[in-house]
Amino acid sequence: MKKVYANATEALEGVLRDDMLIAAGGFGLCGIPELLLQAIKESGVKDLTFASNNAGVDDFGIGILLQTKQVKKMISSYVGENAEFMRQYLSGELELEFNPQGTLAERMRAAGCGIPGFYTKTGVGTVIAEGKEHKDFNGETYILEEGIFADLSIVKAWKADETGNLIFRKTARNFNPPAAMCGKLCVAEVEEIVPTGSLDPDKIHLPGIYVHRLIQGDHEKRIEQRTTRQREEA
Amino acid sequence: MPWDRNQMAARAAQELEDGMYVNLGIGIPTLVANYVGDKDITLQSENGMLGMGPFPFEGEEDPDLINAGKQTITELNRTAYFDSAQSFGMIRGGKIAAAILGAMEVSEKGDLANWMIPGKLVKGMGGAMDLVAGVGRVIVVMDHTNKHGVSKVLKECTLPLTGKSVVDLIITNLGVLEVGHKGLHILECADGVTHDDIRAATEATIV
Repeated sequence: MKKVYANATEALEGVLRDDMLIAAGGFGLCGIPELLLQAIKESGVKDLTFASNNAGVDDFGIGILLQTKQVKKMISSYVGENAEFMRQYLSGELELEFNPQGTLAERMRAAGCGIPGFYTKTGVGTVIAEGKEHKDFNGETYILEEGIFADLSIVKAWKADETGNLIFRKTARNFNPPAAMCGKLCVAEVEEIVPTGSLDPDKIHLPGIYVHRLIQGDHEKRIEQRTTRQREEA
Repeated sequence: MPWDRNQMAARAAQELEDGMYVNLGIGIPTLVANYVGDKDITLQSENGMLGMGPFPFEGEEDPDLINAGKQTITELNRTAYFDSAQSFGMIRGGKIAAAILGAMEVSEKGDLANWMIPGKLVKGMGGAMDLVAGVGRVIVVMDHTNKHGVSKVLKECTLPLTGKSVVDLIITNLGVLEVGHKGLHILECADGVTHDDIRAATEATIV
């Protein structure tokens, strides 16, 4: 089965529809599927729900879909860096469901593993626990959280082979593996697709079973907070 | 003289023991890394890294290598990378020995509020709720009072909680307080600060 597509628009053909739930990888602007987000913007689909740790910045990442009002709801843990997001949220145009970061990651991973719910201590005694089932195990209280079964997963990796085996680079891995696992269909964008057989099977981070479509492209890879230290004088 | 930010960070570093895996929050907690000395401490960054190194030299920034505050950082020879689900698996699973975090309010029962002020812009809890629920020991580093002089160490938190009964130790500019069963215990005072000074600046029960 051919997984490699020419570009993001072709890789998303026949997949996008209004009102769908999309799980997206990335942390801040690190390891985000920037090419697929651009193609989703150009497709014009709307009323999208995104499960994504963050919402990008105004002109990059999911932020570009907020500008065009294609997003109905965000499921995120932190949305601080986006002024347009705040404007739409405060005016009631955009729905927001805050999830603790680890709960969000586990909701994706669990769904990808066929686990519809799991108990966690995270959020017990806080607003996050309101309305959720509580259960005690060994004298400690846990709450029930549900898996996120997405219609579509969009992720970014460093390298892939033609069968969709993925390798990530440094902290750009972040939410990409769990996001890839939880969708009915997963499209991955990578910096380089290498011939099948040229990756070390022991070095694969995410097996190609989770990846249905694949594109290679040039990435901007924007830095959100550039911090450096001084070289000591010789 | 009450402690300054660096002195508070240095005091927090004394709580860390050789061989610990530790998560440091944003702000004063980040400074703790400067004071671990010869102790073998491995820093976790919850976006998927153990063995966090210092900021890179100018020109060596890597967009694929950031910390949980989205700042560019470097790796060490011990560094390991992993995905967010595994990262919070080790947090939730109690593998991280300690988290050092900032706070808006702490109660005498160890309740912590550090993510949301109703009516103000809410940015989200990020990984804070997972950390306080999962790690071995939660150490809060913060000013004892707010800018109006009102105690941040309270009988009950007034702000929405990050976690209930989760804080073990409170390090402020005035001293060090331990969360006990019946209230807080003063373990240490900053230079020139007395027990009475701390009691006067604290709304919570001190036993």
